[in-house]
Amino acid sequence: MAVNTTWVFVEEQEGQPAAISLELLTKARTFGGELGAVLLGAGAEEVFAELGRYGATTVYHLTPDNRLPTAAAAAALAELVASHGPDLLLFGLTSTDRDVAGRLSARLEKPIISNAIEIAVDGDDVTITNEIFGGAQLVETAFRAGAPYLVIARPKSFPAEPGAEATPEVIPVTLPAVGQAGAAVVTGRHVEEREGPQLEEAAIVVAAGRGMGSVEKLAIVDELAGLLGAAVGATRAIVDADWVPYSRQVGQTGKTVKPDVYIACGLSGAMQHLVGMKDSKVIIAINKDEEAPIFGASDLGVVGDVHKVLPKLVEALKAR
Amino acid sequence: MRVMVCVKQIPDPASPYELDPDTHYLQRPTDQVLDDTDRYGVEMGLMIAEQTEGSVSLVSMGPAGNLQGIRQALAMGADQAIVVDDPGLRGADSLTTARVLSAAISREGFDVVIAGTESTDGYSGVVPQQIAEFLDVPALTFAKKVELDGATIRIERQTEYGYDIVETPAPVLITVTAGVVEPRYPTFKGIMAAKSKPIDHVTAADLEVTVTAGQEILAVRPAPERAAGEIIEDDGEAHLRIIQLLEQAKVI
Repeated sequence: MAVNTTWVFVEEQEGQPAAISLELLTKARTFGGELGAVLLGAGAEEVFAELGRYGATTVYHLTPDNRLPTAAAAAALAELVASHGPDLLLFGLTSTDRDVAGRLSARLEKPIISNAIEIAVDGDDVTITNEIFGGAQLVETAFRAGAPYLVIARPKSFPAEPGAEATPEVIPVTLPAVGQAGAAVVTGRHVEEREGPQLEEAAIVVAAGRGMGSVEKLAIVDELAGLLGAAVGATRAIVDADWVPYSRQVGQTGKTVKPDVYIACGLSGAMQHLVGMKDSKVIIAINKDEEAPIFGASDLGVVGDVHKVLPKLVEALKAR
Repeated sequence: MRVMVCVKQIPDPASPYELDPDTHYLQRPTDQVLDDTDRYGVEMGLMIAEQTEGSVSLVSMGPAGNLQGIRQALAMGADQAIVVDDPGLRGADSLTTARVLSAAISREGFDVVIAGTESTDGYSGVVPQQIAEFLDVPALTFAKKVELDGATIRIERQTEYGYDIVETPAPVLITVTAGVVEPRYPTFKGIMAAKSKPIDHVTAADLEVTVTAGQEILAVRPAPERAAGEIIEDDGEAHLRIIQLLEQAKVI
């Protein structure tokens, strides 16, 4: 038995398939076999077309109502798995994907491997690579419980490239009632205003950590980012401290970025942060602690006071 | 409300982590600490219990060691702990872990289960969702704020684009982010009291959980190393070197 059918779970975000799902569809095309998408979202016409361009020939469409859809989506997926028998199901490392994938794993009593950065299919074997210790070591893990294999992949592990002209067959699927598990309702939605370049797409990211000292002192980081046309990133520490919103967080539980240049300001480079940015082309770090792990990942490490270096950098850039 | 908080003892993140060369499992010293992210769950649990005249029990799986990490959480104010320590569970995957924890939780009974979003040492990040499915309750995940409104539990659920407000009556499982609350520091009285709080040691067999190996680690290898970079002390001119590098990278 080889991997004959791969499904990619797709969360619709603001009328678009989540970026990670397009990356996963691109990767899944290399496995050969049937490629399906399971869409959770309103189902804008453009979304189906986009999934087709990325190779999905069938889209199972789950439309959420006012409930938190994760439990019902997992139940619907379990039924689809039982009737169609996909071999491999791919999810992204996002809030909703993790919720659905985790529940599905328990419902199917099948193991799940998360944080995948590589997925290798070889005959019957599916082998997952993930990073540990902040990316210092790579672990290869194989499934031993039989299909379906469930995988959660880290964003930006694979490029997203359209490669098909298919118009997918759309199969609407009703979200089932799941009793108490489905009792949670969504009563409000707050979408953060986005200014400037997107963190995941920017050519330059200027990131700040606790070493900036206080939320007021982030102004210089914003100014530098503005001058460079860069996006502003952040460590988990300053997101948790409420200096900046979660959408700015880079790292294990935040976004993965691979810009041309990453400028780390007053951040030490915890393992959880490094996994989200270590593949940036050029890494520049400014930190007063010469022992900070970020220097081990940097092309240029400046041991110094961010509050002295950054103002000079900003002035010099303005003078150009 | 009866609150069950999932906590994990992990090797001190301040010391380098090592894998056992034969099993590839993380080496776990006798001295382990409470996963820092769990302090937020414990605090949240204590707050809910205080508001509802309830109780807080800890549930944990892994080598018990000297129980230092569990005592840290008890010292904050949790009433008791259930520790599942079973050599047969070494290297257990997330599904097995969730089976064990949910069995321990159902045996105890609960209104609210609280967990961190992922552990600092393993970070599979799906165990809470798996537990919620086994317990057949909603999972209010990635909470950056939790409030109790009578019988309703309402959270702000962090998403990639902002946050959603999600609510449900109990029973429920909540995963909390660091920052959801400010964890209290154990008092001297709390630390002394923790020494005599009940800790129930159980095995997978006690919980009637059959351990299965659904995955196998094939290999561990070092990642390709990044070439060592240039380190300079700021002598007042370091910004010029940064600008040179930005020019080389052709971004300015």
